[in-house]
Amino acid sequence: MLDATLPRPDQGQLYICDAARPRRRAAALEDLATGLRRWRLPAALARLDIRNRYRGSVLGPFWLTLSTAVMVVGLGILYSSLFKLEVRNYLPFVAVSLIVWGMINQTVTDACTSLTSAEGIIRQLPLPFTVHVLRSVFRNALITAHSLPLVFLVFLATGTLPGREVLLLFPGLLLVVVNAFFVSLLLGMVCARFRDIAPIVNSFMQLAFYMSPVLWKPELLGDTARWLPLNPFYTVMETVRGPLVEGGVTPLVWLSAVLYTLLVAAVALAFFVRFRGRIAFWV
Amino acid sequence: MPHILAESLAIDFPLYHMGARSLKKRILSKAPLRLREDASHRVVVSALRDLSFRIERGERVALIGHNGAGKTTLLRTLAGVYEPVAGRLEVAGLIGSLIDPSAGMDQESTGRENIVLRGLFRGLSEAESTAMADEVGAFSGLGEFLDVPVRTYSAGMQVRLSFAMATVMEPEVLLMDEWFLAGDAAFMAKAREKLTRLVNDADILVLATHDMEVVREWCTRAIRLDAGRIVADGPVAEVLEPA
Repeated sequence: MLDATLPRPDQGQLYICDAARPRRRAAALEDLATGLRRWRLPAALARLDIRNRYRGSVLGPFWLTLSTAVMVVGLGILYSSLFKLEVRNYLPFVAVSLIVWGMINQTVTDACTSLTSAEGIIRQLPLPFTVHVLRSVFRNALITAHSLPLVFLVFLATGTLPGREVLLLFPGLLLVVVNAFFVSLLLGMVCARFRDIAPIVNSFMQLAFYMSPVLWKPELLGDTARWLPLNPFYTVMETVRGPLVEGGVTPLVWLSAVLYTLLVAAVALAFFVRFRGRIAFWV
Repeated sequence: MPHILAESLAIDFPLYHMGARSLKKRILSKAPLRLREDASHRVVVSALRDLSFRIERGERVALIGHNGAGKTTLLRTLAGVYEPVAGRLEVAGLIGSLIDPSAGMDQESTGRENIVLRGLFRGLSEAESTAMADEVGAFSGLGEFLDVPVRTYSAGMQVRLSFAMATVMEPEVLLMDEWFLAGDAAFMAKAREKLTRLVNDADILVLATHDMEVVREWCTRAIRLDAGRIVADGPVAEVLEPA
């Protein structure tokens, strides 16, 4: 129904759309700027999504925390004996791993529906598409945040505490969020146009889980470990996990993670600039 | 200065997910009027074709035509939802659109929460939206039901809430689908009064409708669409006569 399209500050209240001179880049950048400036809307929508998803449930999103906790304890005990690692060392590793991987996995899976799930709104209100993408990113960030107490619990229980390198966690988290945004933008568009992509992404993520050092430690690979920086899942995850449980991150990992993020951002932006005007027809 | 200017405006809806080539051939071989194949070999529906018009300040325009003539598509294009594939569109002025009653409504949230959400959708701050909730709540006449999830509302109550939320605005260009003129009778008198005020305050009204009474009562100009083209454009009396 309604919507007052608010005055667009940089062009007054003039809406011009000329198929002969599409001004695609300006439109895409304006979409991003407006969407980011109005972050409160996606934040409110993300909170609403979580509330609706767990409506009537006693534990709500903490069910996810609980199931992660059970996984961490179970897998921690099993795999530490399989890999012949000390439980005290392995448990924090697997706890952080599973939580970070959970966020990455959920974000990528949700990315496929970031735009199609907003179909009703897209067809009625000329909102920036950035809003729908941010909604998906915020939702997964919020859900992951519910598992954070678990990390502290594991640290307390095993008596391992990270040193000062833990501050590097914050640039790492920032990188993950930036990545999540561009992946959601890109996959959101591609999956809206080609409906076969979502199932492909789902099965690919399953493969990626086993191929990436989530449960196993990178050291276990021995010599082959030097190829690991080619795995973007590993390096992006490592920027968060390293500072928490592995005493820091190597510059090579950071380099790979940043390069990969730039690549995704470039591809996503190129797509967005070119196809933004078509999204309303795709969803 | 509020105005709307369209020059050879065209909108094509691509039919994605159509599947096999043979299906495409069959559809296209029936000498269709509005289905055709575009440059990149997709089957597209020509929803709007070669529309040119200019709407000046003070005009009250009715879009009329059969189902599927392109009325709602044109409204959505004017609102900025669809980007034209050809031609040029210029809309000057703050746009308010009353197109779909339930867009952006969250069934699990209470009426009040929905009003705040709607405010955020429109780019208001949280404080402004909360302030709006009282005004909208009072107008909707929902009383104590305002704090109950929308999912439990009757259809009529939902319409009232939608209407109240949608009409809290002061647009210069008002785009309206006929849905907003249908509603439960008790609420209608109040709604009518509100709409009249909204329409009178707006500089431009574009209304898509089937109801010729409404056209005669509210509009000064009518544009008749048929199969995505303008077949008549002029003062209401002139356009309605031959039909």
